[in-house]
Amino acid sequence: MPLGNLASVNFFLPEFAVTATILLLVVVHVAGKNRQSSAPAILSLAGVGAALLLTAIQPAGPGKPLFEGMVALDGFAVFFKALTALATIVVIFMSMDCAELAGRSQAEYYIFLLSVLLGMFLLAASTDIVMLYLSLELVSIPSYLLAGYLKGKESSIEASMKYVVYGATASGVMIYGFSLLFGLTGTTQIGEIGRALALGKATLPVFLAAVMVTVGFGFKIAAVPFHMWSPDVYEGAPTPVTAFLSVGPKAAGFAVLVRFFYTVFASPDGAEGAWRISSAVDWTLLFAVLSAVTMTVGNLVAINQKNVKRLLAYSSIAHAGYMLMGFVLLTPAGLKAILFYLVVYLFMNLGAFYVVILVANGTRSEDIADYSGLGSRAPFAAVSLAIFLFALTGIPPFSGFIGKVYLFAEVIDRGVYWLALVAAINSVVSLYYYARIVKVMFLEDPKESAELSVPAFPRALLCLLVIPTLVLGVYWEPVIRVAANSVKLLVF
Amino acid sequence: MGFIDSHILSLMTFLPLAGGAIILCLPKGNDNLVKTIAAVASFLPVPLAIKLWVAFDPTVAGVNVANQFQFVERFSWIPSINVEYFMGADGISVPMLILTAIVSFLAVIGSWGIEKQIKGYMALFLLLETGMMGVFASLDFFLFYVFWEVMLLPMYFLIGIWGGPRREYAAIKFFLYTLLGSVLMLLVILALYFNTTNPETGGHTFNMLHYMQQSTHNGWLKGFDVRILLFIGLFIGFAIKVPLFPFHTWLPDAHVEAPTAISVILAGILLKMGTYGLMRISFPIFPDVTKWFVIPMAVLGVINIVYGALCAMAQSDLKKLVAYSSVSHMGFCLLGMAALTPAGMIGASFQMFSHGMITSMLFFLVGVVYDRAHHRDIDGFGGLGAVVPVYTFFVSVAFFASLGLPGFSGFVAEAMVFIGSFGVLKNFVIIGASGIIIVAAFHLWALQRVFLGPLNPKYAQLEEINAREIFCLTPLALMTLILGVYPMPVLNLMNTSLIKLVDIVKTVI
Repeated sequence: MPLGNLASVNFFLPEFAVTATILLLVVVHVAGKNRQSSAPAILSLAGVGAALLLTAIQPAGPGKPLFEGMVALDGFAVFFKALTALATIVVIFMSMDCAELAGRSQAEYYIFLLSVLLGMFLLAASTDIVMLYLSLELVSIPSYLLAGYLKGKESSIEASMKYVVYGATASGVMIYGFSLLFGLTGTTQIGEIGRALALGKATLPVFLAAVMVTVGFGFKIAAVPFHMWSPDVYEGAPTPVTAFLSVGPKAAGFAVLVRFFYTVFASPDGAEGAWRISSAVDWTLLFAVLSAVTMTVGNLVAINQKNVKRLLAYSSIAHAGYMLMGFVLLTPAGLKAILFYLVVYLFMNLGAFYVVILVANGTRSEDIADYSGLGSRAPFAAVSLAIFLFALTGIPPFSGFIGKVYLFAEVIDRGVYWLALVAAINSVVSLYYYARIVKVMFLEDPKESAELSVPAFPRALLCLLVIPTLVLGVYWEPVIRVAANSVKLLVF
Repeated sequence: MGFIDSHILSLMTFLPLAGGAIILCLPKGNDNLVKTIAAVASFLPVPLAIKLWVAFDPTVAGVNVANQFQFVERFSWIPSINVEYFMGADGISVPMLILTAIVSFLAVIGSWGIEKQIKGYMALFLLLETGMMGVFASLDFFLFYVFWEVMLLPMYFLIGIWGGPRREYAAIKFFLYTLLGSVLMLLVILALYFNTTNPETGGHTFNMLHYMQQSTHNGWLKGFDVRILLFIGLFIGFAIKVPLFPFHTWLPDAHVEAPTAISVILAGILLKMGTYGLMRISFPIFPDVTKWFVIPMAVLGVINIVYGALCAMAQSDLKKLVAYSSVSHMGFCLLGMAALTPAGMIGASFQMFSHGMITSMLFFLVGVVYDRAHHRDIDGFGGLGAVVPVYTFFVSVAFFASLGLPGFSGFVAEAMVFIGSFGVLKNFVIIGASGIIIVAAFHLWALQRVFLGPLNPKYAQLEEINAREIFCLTPLALMTLILGVYPMPVLNLMNTSLIKLVDIVKTVI
């Protein structure tokens, strides 16, 4: 039985912590005189830290449906709450160091950021299509504002505008799909929808609904062909926001994708952990193709990029493609692979963007050509960036390699060999453009010889991102156990 | 001594890495200290290698039997997917470990003249040595793969930062080629993992030795088409490293652009990893496919011999000539292995060892003249024999060893390859043997153009080879000579294991 509203409150503390922080920020924004003070940042850190702590100590247990079945509290939701909160903390630190954002209203920025976080918390847990839609919009709308936060910078405004148009279209298509599902089944609970669809034979409308819903989720995870917004948005948005979008909402998008599809179109089999497709949609091929196309397009287009943020945008499209490999086959092992990959991806991708910020603070440039000689101008930052890039390529002994091994293992275990081969060749292609940045940094002589100093605090934070990237490449047993334990989707 | 005895392989593998870590922690500007630490860190494996040589019991085969491996270290690394830290040595790997220790140390000494960012150079070099040692010592496929890949990064930077004029192109080409081979290997590893059962635990396994027990393979892996595909996947991975025609095109670029010591490592050790991988992994895991693949391998081997030699003949750059001579010499390895006879297999393995020394000498020697004349154009010299007699002496030794003159180890290896494969692959041997003539021709021709004839007056004042360089060359020259007369110390190491390997492949139905 789903818990009633009052009984659910006890299990909603992380969300309350974030909400309270947002409200406090509003007060600070209105009352505060100094728009540039770092008080909002520190307040946000405290709030998100508290939310992370509350999430960690929350007993997930076997899982509970909360608020009359609107959201679920299960291992899966807890994992994504912790992941997105961690990403937000890192992004807050990055924002504090970002020269682009200095001189702009701070409180508003953090209000938007934390609203996205709240949306992601809810999105990962939604078990009702109305709730799901609302939380998706709660992620999207502040994201549009964040993308356009550099008022007066043309590319930022363009980014925001594109984002709004694409986002609105995608969510419109998605809600059309939802309405089809509602019409077919008469319920908004995804568990109920799944059971109703398992009985019926209305193949075409169900398939249409599945495709339309995929458009909405595909937009969030930036899967090809719903990725068109992402390069422009990633390039135009302030870099911390880009970093945030490439990790947080993408992870939340994967969370909702997995939860929705698994609950609606598959059902847990008697044997523990096994799933089987229970309705008319056979999405294995659909998503295998989506995965292959996403990684291939992302990698091929990345080759020619000259702007490092744009390059990382395409690379993050490609990574969504890799992660989809874990999704195509309905196994707990595949989900575990996605969860593990998201953890390593968080560190290596945020790390790469962080170096981009530090370099841009010094050079005011995001052109790859301006990275020339960074190896001698800022050795620490350059070596870190090289580590992140090789981790993204998937070369041992870095964590990205282990993440890829689990994803490859999943498709090979289930016999989708062609997808594994496509992904393997894509890894080689990706080396070409990642190594191009490394080449510029280390193999080319600097255009300017002035040293780019990196202050002590960013250096420490960078260390905190480098260390997991290295350690998880050598010893990852604890994290893979956490991922395995988090593959617990509550279906009711 | 107990600790050293029981962890000798780990020590050989990780001492260089430890040295590299220390070097990275040093403050800037201690160039001599950096070099000293690097020399010590790369020297320490040499006595360990000698200890390995002495303590190794050559009467036990190893190959596919876990308890016949020596110096074994084994513990669980990632229990949830059964990855183990599993090191061990047998007659296939011991010669390679010894070769790696010696050549790496000499290469560090040979890098003494590097001036640009010596700290980074030495740290990367030592990381590279760790990767090489690890590849030859690991028996867990996952561990093997990690070491295999760990070599790529340092090699990329060593070529890319300290290389010649086209270093950027050469470095990325090397990186892309080898990564392509590696990812194919990774897919094969995962396919093997999911389709074998560990007889001890009933779970999946990354243990190579388990893969070699055909009874661990499940139904899917028993299909011959599947086995051929997997074999080819591995084969491409290894062939790129060897490098076999048509995957060899990275080699001339990488060898020519790399700094001298790195060319030495590339040709002396890295190339052997390809043939080592075939012996260690492909043959025992897929003996049936190996038999089926004899003719293609022999064809590729002969193409390598003849094509490599012809390419070498056409070069005007001395270093490129040496690089292509490696292509040719590695063809002998493949031909010997393809024959699947004890003599052929042992010949191939001995060729790996012997070529490792000879080609190291050659690259060192090319480096010596390049450091002084700043070019390597064969026709740009002439009559150097009169100016630099000691250098000429060493070059002559190395060239004659390389072209397979009796009395040098290269002759023993090539003779064994031909003897071993003549019975089964007669036509291939005849063509391959004719390749020897081309090999001899380009060596002698180059020798004549550089050292004989009228003296090019530009080089009348050419500096003689110095003591450090002689120090690098002498051990190699001596070993080539000694093993050419009395090869038993090395042959004894590998006999039992390689006979067993041939037996495994031969007896499979």
